[in-house]
Amino acid sequence: MRTDLAVIGAGPAGLAASLAASARGVRVALLDAEPEPGGQYYRRPAAGLRARRPRAPHGRWRTWTRLRDGLAASSVRRLADHHVWCVERRPDGLTVHALLGPEQEQPAEVHARAVLLATGGHEVVLPFPGWTLPGVVTAGGAQAMLKGGLVVPGRTAVVAGTGPLLLPVAAGLAAAGVSVAALVESADPRRLVRYAGPLVGKLPEGAGYAAGLLRHRVPFLARHTVVRAHGDERLTGVTVAALDAHGRLRPGTERHLPCDALAVGHGMLPHTDLAEGLGCRLDGPAVAVDGEQRTDVPGVWAAGEATGIGGAALALAEGHIAGRSAAARLRGTAPDPGAWAPAARARARLRASASALDAVYAPPGRWTDRVTDDTVVCRCEEVDAGAVRAAVAGLGAGDPRTVKLLTRAGMGWCQGRMCGPAVAALAGCAPTPSRRPFARPVPLGVLARPHADTAGPHPTDHPAGTGPSTDHPAGTGRPADRPTERGPS
Amino acid sequence: MNPREPSGARPGPAFTVTFDGRPLEALPGQTVAAVLWAADVVSWRSTRVAARPRGVFCGIGVCFDCLVTVNDRPNQRACLVPARPGDVIRTQEGTGHAH
Ligand SMILES: Cc1cc2nc3c(=O)[nH]c(=O)nc-3n(C[C@H](O)[C@H](O)[C@H](O)COP(=O)(O)OP(=O)(O)OC[C@H]3O[C@@H](n4cnc5c(N)ncnc54)[C@H](O)[C@@H]3O)c2cc1C
Ligand code: FES
Repeated sequence: MRTDLAVIGAGPAGLAASLAASARGVRVALLDAEPEPGGQYYRRPAAGLRARRPRAPHGRWRTWTRLRDGLAASSVRRLADHHVWCVERRPDGLTVHALLGPEQEQPAEVHARAVLLATGGHEVVLPFPGWTLPGVVTAGGAQAMLKGGLVVPGRTAVVAGTGPLLLPVAAGLAAAGVSVAALVESADPRRLVRYAGPLVGKLPEGAGYAAGLLRHRVPFLARHTVVRAHGDERLTGVTVAALDAHGRLRPGTERHLPCDALAVGHGMLPHTDLAEGLGCRLDGPAVAVDGEQRTDVPGVWAAGEATGIGGAALALAEGHIAGRSAAARLRGTAPDPGAWAPAARARARLRASASALDAVYAPPGRWTDRVTDDTVVCRCEEVDAGAVRAAVAGLGAGDPRTVKLLTRAGMGWCQGRMCGPAVAALAGCAPTPSRRPFARPVPLGVLARPHADTAGPHPTDHPAGTGPSTDHPAGTGRPADRPTERGPS
Repeated sequence: MNPREPSGARPGPAFTVTFDGRPLEALPGQTVAAVLWAADVVSWRSTRVAARPRGVFCGIGVCFDCLVTVNDRPNQRACLVPARPGDVIRTQEGTGHAH
């Protein structure tokens, strides 16, 4: 199909952008991998569960109903179940390549004059002994399973790690009847007081969750960390301990908390694969944008957590600005930033509070010391910390890419999304952009398909087995198999 | 307490799937992972190298830890795939091809 603007991601950023652009007369196609719009923040129970009070697990209900009703009344063409694996630049515009449905086998293409990347981010979990045990899940994953499927990972949970996401997750689990044995935060949230200025506006939401935790008598352990998860076939408990100012364990503070679920997270990282594939400049881990939310590639905008982690309200403001800018430019007029001044002010304020939160919530300084050699680091390829350390110390690997080649860490199904930050930290270097060939594993059958009218990342560019796709399941999969397929190594 | 209670869910009629031969009750709209969690099952794959149990980790389709065999097709992400009446869900051993 053809459209003016293809928006990728139907979270707060993509929804705000689509509504802003379509209200200004631009044809918009809104693609998302999920069956329902809303993204992570506005994830709701699946329709079949017929929730009568779906607002219960999340706040900001009024904004959601406004977005939902706006979308229904708009001319936005919603393309659900579209997993976008690459966006290709062509002389006459951009082609968005997607795979359909949860199976991700059937291809679909959208040709657009402009593209807006609103792909959000994913969680970071740093490894610790026992973190691969069933029952250990990411904090956001526990939240997503609860919001979408109304299910919980166990009866007694510990919520741990660092960052503002832990509060709503602990509150959500407690409200769903899980006994939350502790909220274990490695940072010291009292430091937030120092940033009271930039955080005004963030605090009421946090205060609501905190009240929920008090009501459910959830113990809050600040400057503590989970040292180890215990269990054989499934989680039976965790050891927690207090941290000193340098991130070392305080001797004698270790204690055991029985639990059958651990929801753990250490912050988030932007999804940048599609932007990297297009050649967009990155700023640190995020897609770099200007005041109009434009990337440095003509015709490509980006908004929301793809451009930096900052929460749903910031994503809404950025999406709105991006949608208005794209609409004006697609109509051949220069946008008037004065027209979106309120959104720009909200964006400035919320970016300031995001950096204040970043400054407070950081993983403890010495966390790698506690990763024992036998701790699996790369969950897909089952590479342990000992192997990564040996690659660095014994074989002289000096960067994550060499470590990957020597150990296979990051070469598996998830393409290093889960282990990237940990491998870099264990190797003692800064994380580098991963340069994934595609945002999703692509079946060889789709790659080998004759592209009558397209040029770009297909086998003539990256012959399977020789190009960058060898990093990737699609490069080794058999055509008839699932996209996620690869043989035993 | 039932985790569905706060949202007032009144799902359509339950249906049956099997997990390793055992019948489990599933609700319309639930993913395979949600059905398994609701039955207190948290692992349904054993890894290729160390044969260790795995289940949901990221919950949103990013980590590929939740791979499972559904109706003889291996490598389905349980956190994404909706459960359907009569689904035959099986623990995936390794790549799922080593039978
Ligand atoms: C698992 C998880 C749970 C979270 N839960 C909460 C919470 O409960 N409360 C809270 O305050 N914050 C939560 N967050 C933080 C949340 O990400 C943001 O606050 C907010 O949702 C960001 O909005 P966004 O529009 O930038 O991105 P998102 O809301 O993440 O939306 C991005 C959308 O893009 C789609 N997408 C991404 N890549 C592709 C692709 N290649 N092809 C097709 N579609 C794609 C995704 O399916 C998603 O719907 C959570 C984050 C995660 C990762
Ligand atoms: S739990 Fe991560 S992909 Fe399903």
